Amino acid sequence: MTRLRAMSLTPAALLMLVTIAVPLVIICVYSALSRGAYGGVELPWTLENYGRLIDPLYGGIFVRSFVLAGVATVLCIVMGFPLALFIARSGARKNLYLSLVILPFWTSFLIRLYAWMFLLRDSGLINTVLQSLGVIREPLPLLYNNGAVVLGLVYGFLPFAVLPLYATLERLDQNLLDAAADLGARPLAVLLRVTLPLCAPGIGAAAILVFVPCLGTYITSDLLGGSKTILIGNLVQNQFTTARDWPFGAALSIVLMMVAVLLLLTVRRRGEEFL
Amino acid sequence: MEVILELRGLAKDFPGHRAVSEVSLDIERGSFFSLLGPSGCGKTTTLRLIAGFETPSAGEIWLNGVRIDGLPPYRRSVNTVFQNYALFPHLTVRGNVEFGLPRARDAAHRVRQVLEQLQLLEKESRKPAQLSGGERQRVALARALVLAPDVLLLDEPLSALDPQLRKQVRAELKELQRRTGVTFLFVTHDQEEALALSDRIAIMNAGEVEQVGTPQELYQKPRSRFVASFLGEMNWVDGVGIRPECVRLSCEEGRRGTITHTTFLGPRRHFTIRLEGGEVVTAQAPAHAQHHEGEVVRVSWDLADELRFSS
Repeated sequence: MTRLRAMSLTPAALLMLVTIAVPLVIICVYSALSRGAYGGVELPWTLENYGRLIDPLYGGIFVRSFVLAGVATVLCIVMGFPLALFIARSGARKNLYLSLVILPFWTSFLIRLYAWMFLLRDSGLINTVLQSLGVIREPLPLLYNNGAVVLGLVYGFLPFAVLPLYATLERLDQNLLDAAADLGARPLAVLLRVTLPLCAPGIGAAAILVFVPCLGTYITSDLLGGSKTILIGNLVQNQFTTARDWPFGAALSIVLMMVAVLLLLTVRRRGEEFL
Repeated sequence: MEVILELRGLAKDFPGHRAVSEVSLDIERGSFFSLLGPSGCGKTTTLRLIAGFETPSAGEIWLNGVRIDGLPPYRRSVNTVFQNYALFPHLTVRGNVEFGLPRARDAAHRVRQVLEQLQLLEKESRKPAQLSGGERQRVALARALVLAPDVLLLDEPLSALDPQLRKQVRAELKELQRRTGVTFLFVTHDQEEALALSDRIAIMNAGEVEQVGTPQELYQKPRSRFVASFLGEMNWVDGVGIRPECVRLSCEEGRRGTITHTTFLGPRRHFTIRLEGGEVVTAQAPAHAQHHEGEVVRVSWDLADELRFSS
């Protein structure tokens, strides 16, 4: 039995080792080397790549990435919670609604972002319709700003918030809600004093599942944010492509990942204290 | 005798079946009243109708002279002790007990009083997961009683406890009811529990009330075969019911039969006897009764102890 288990785990473990652990080590090593003239890395060893992060230019990009990812996360949870609650209470139709939530995954995220570009750009559907209706004269600046990036992130990651929230709400003991009403709590009080606190683990999971990929995103900001809205993800990508500064890109990745892990640990600890 | 809770023709239909049908009951203020019946008889649904978790399909519920069947649960002056207690896992014992209490000046005092009464003061900062089954049950009681409800609804509150504890808690429950004077409406499928605790019992079967009375009335004068079989043990001979404790064993008079089985029950002993007509009768005798399996005996009983039912 133990041998069978070990054998069945081997492919996944190997895949993780080769595609995650090994590259991670390579990134770590690269981040402490010097920049090669035509890309790549060279000796000597140095910590200068980490030192450069203090530059306010990068600080600004970090802050913007955190703010946009944070706003997107809050929006996903605020919008996802009622939706998850609705699905959890819709009885036999649960599975239908859940499939609808997952339906967007059937199309590539890239294609869906291009669709948003066609909707939002100056000559896009929204502006054209508004102009032809005479509501506006000049096209609204819908694309290439922070708002467009947040919209893209919320659109892309809402299902990641809905699913864990749904899982928690689904398991919520109906007796507890009855008990709260029995003890005199009105529906809003039941929501605030029982449902929400008991969903804290689900909210934490949803927050991590949305926040971490949002923090590292680069496609969404690249396509919908344009050159004005550079996020950490774009910065990292730049270092490995046009800037040809692999060590600095590696250092950025490491710092980003450490922040994400720290957040994860904090949320998990808070969750354990709670129950 | 003042009626505090009155059910009039209460009914509840679920898709495909009628859970409660034409239930009418008067429950006296300060009494310990039990709804007793097998699982699926509608007793818990009746309780949920009174609490307001279900809406009746027909009938009325009157509490203290006010009709409450249209009110939401949070506006009814009844509180429930749930079968699994339904304590809020994210709150401490104190948090659970304070949950329903408005922030009045004497709130802290009342919480303290109830915690003390139920011996929970030392546990007040624990979470439900850190409590024993008996303690959880007391928190559920404290949480409801602190609100001084007109009627306390208890849904099989002892069934989650292990048998050792159950008898002790049963006595405490009765004592608590006497001391607080709160009307208890107690739902159970355990006839022994109902007999030991109740001032009055309503026996339910298939959604209807079969009979209402004191434990003694129900045991001695059951009005239907169902009530007779459900409360205590009953032999059926020639369509007549006879309790095991009324059956006499002797060598001289009565019908002949063979002892097929003896069961030692501590203070007494049960003999299972196959009569010559093929019917099986259980007789209760003192533990020291000297009969053995395979022995041919005669069984008899007084005519006055026979229970006859029309159907």
